[in-house]
Amino acid sequence: MTIDAGAPTVTLSARASVAVGVVKVANRLSRVLGRGSGTVVGGRAGLVVDPTLLATLARDRDVVLVTGTNGKTTTTRMLVAALSGAAGPAIASNDTGANMPAGHVAAMVESPRATAAVLEVDESYLGRLIEETRPRVVVLLNLSRDQLDRIAEVRMLVDRWRAALAGLSGASDPGGRGTVVVANADDPMVVWAALAAPDVRWVGAGQVWHDDAVGCPACGGRIEFGAGGAWACDRCDFARPVRDAWLEGADLVMADGTRQVLFLGLPGQFNRANAAMAALAATEMPASETPGGAPRSTPLLPGLLARLASVDQVAGRFSSTVRRGRPVRLLLAKNPAGWTAIFDLLDEAGTCGAPVVLSVNARVADGLDTSWLWDVPFERLAGRSVVATGDRRLDLAVRLRYAEVTHAVVDGPLAALDLALDLTDLGTVGPDRGAGTVEFLGNYTAFADLRRQL
Amino acid sequence: MSAPTGGSALTVAVVFPDLLGTYGDGGNGLVLARRASWRGIYAQLIQADSGRPLPTADLYCIGGGEDGPQVRAATALREDGTLLRAADRGAVVFGVCAGFQLLGRFFPDSSDRPQEGLGLLDVTTRKGTGPRAVGELVATAAPDGPRPGGGGSLPRLTGFENHGGVTSVGPGARALAHVVSGVGNGSGDGSEGAWSGRVLGTYLHGPVLARNTALADLLLSWALAGPGEPEPPLDPLDDSEELALRNERLAAVDRSGRAHLVHRLIRHRG
Ligand SMILES: [Zn+2]
Repeated sequence: MTIDAGAPTVTLSARASVAVGVVKVANRLSRVLGRGSGTVVGGRAGLVVDPTLLATLARDRDVVLVTGTNGKTTTTRMLVAALSGAAGPAIASNDTGANMPAGHVAAMVESPRATAAVLEVDESYLGRLIEETRPRVVVLLNLSRDQLDRIAEVRMLVDRWRAALAGLSGASDPGGRGTVVVANADDPMVVWAALAAPDVRWVGAGQVWHDDAVGCPACGGRIEFGAGGAWACDRCDFARPVRDAWLEGADLVMADGTRQVLFLGLPGQFNRANAAMAALAATEMPASETPGGAPRSTPLLPGLLARLASVDQVAGRFSSTVRRGRPVRLLLAKNPAGWTAIFDLLDEAGTCGAPVVLSVNARVADGLDTSWLWDVPFERLAGRSVVATGDRRLDLAVRLRYAEVTHAVVDGPLAALDLALDLTDLGTVGPDRGAGTVEFLGNYTAFADLRRQL
Repeated sequence: MSAPTGGSALTVAVVFPDLLGTYGDGGNGLVLARRASWRGIYAQLIQADSGRPLPTADLYCIGGGEDGPQVRAATALREDGTLLRAADRGAVVFGVCAGFQLLGRFFPDSSDRPQEGLGLLDVTTRKGTGPRAVGELVATAAPDGPRPGGGGSLPRLTGFENHGGVTSVGPGARALAHVVSGVGNGSGDGSEGAWSGRVLGTYLHGPVLARNTALADLLLSWALAGPGEPEPPLDPLDDSEELALRNERLAAVDRSGRAHLVHRLIRHRG
């Protein structure tokens, strides 16, 4: 990341220039003092000096906003990769996961020459970001419960999204600053919000979690899910919209029948969903490949997908490490939908006998309430060796007892990993393909704890 | 069929998990079914989604949820009638948070209009004026609280509360417990939850029965006794993991309580 004072691409007011300077100084200071990556500190200081700084920095950039409960960080990374063609534009992105306005400001200040910005946005900030950045593309991934003690409940959130999207102008906007929304057609909550927008590309990206979406947001009726993910309300005409693209297993299928196999650097069906959303969003961005910003179509997809596939880990998630000569896979899951998707991934990986270390904390960033553990289908781990750790290992242990999953409880993630490795050494695991590997699943701060200690 | 046939079968129904499944309270049904089956009592656990007739069961668990689904659930349960008839015959009804509120006479919808509840408990809920009650909740058994097997009172209750309602207990019901730390019913009398006959409601999530196995076993023994019959004794289980969790949660609240006190003292002196 450069913080050179190269000529910014936008002309800044005196106040904004001062604010940008403040961001840079605060960031540099914070890094020197070893207080994190500095992005939030600087951004916050900049916004105090000039509250309109976010709008100013976004003014002459093509902005993509990415939001949703799960997959934001990964999809953001994939979009940056997809848009970073050989001769493509430099891209500003809050790739450290600081997904509130201070993080967005910092990301754009740090890449002054970038003509595009791909911003991961916390679900509750979508309205403000739309208003201030006038995005070209808004990506809506999914919406399910996440930390109910902190964030507004799903339905309040979806109504706020809806109001924010209703204010957009479409691609035919005479000023040429219209917005295309790329929305997951398989998630009724996302569809309810996106229907308010003038211009939507519907992507059948799949949805593993239906529990937060059974009540029809339009009429209070019941949403029935059918084969292939199709859904409709049993009372009104709210139903899955006609899709512009969808996933069929590992294939991305376009409405015109073109089909691409997604070979990705990241595992699991949920990452294919992220890739499908990123690919469709990328085709809506004006970029060097299509002079004049003409709508791109499927022939451009292969190149774009190849770049997107190069993403093989995101802030350590899905990465592997080696301990005592054995591979350890690190997986992050923050809420029931995320844990369910990770269990799908474990099944897909064919490592059915591999020991699993589960680590759960309940600090502020995780949500203080651990009740969600009872919404996670831990029963699916039956037959594996499971080690429970983290601040809330006793909550996990009781949950596993009632799931009738054999488990050990260990204080500290490293000790837990070592016990899991001992179990593979003892050969209690069986001679299957997964023998020798250990899977580590943690929620937000538990995952960070392990990464720090490794 | 409120009493299990032959004393060896028990049906537990989780009521409308698709509407009232927001806070992990479905776990209460699982805890009850497992604790029965671990004792050799054949237990059937039904996830009774809305939109179809409610099945007959010996024990109904109703969980927490958002305002809209809570109103839909109350309406559907009244129209369906199964739950009211079962309660009449002595089936056990257990409600948590929104589920507790809708067992009462009235509860508020999202616009603060009173909605008619099921009237199974003499409690009335209105919207609180203060901030939402969110955090660990500890309560000691009320003197006239339920007594497992006719013996001593329940041990301290621990759970996580997350609600904006204020619930008053009327003369036709009794408080379940008294708040030690947290908010509970929030009606000014320090009460938490309510009970009457074989209907019991609480603001404790967690799920509450995983943290309070004595309460789980109380509900089980009610469900296993026929109408008017004394509750049968239950075989003991190895609850060491639940006990460890209980103690850790209670200690965490004690610690933060002491920290608050020290903080207040220091501020007072300064
Ligand atoms: Zn409808």
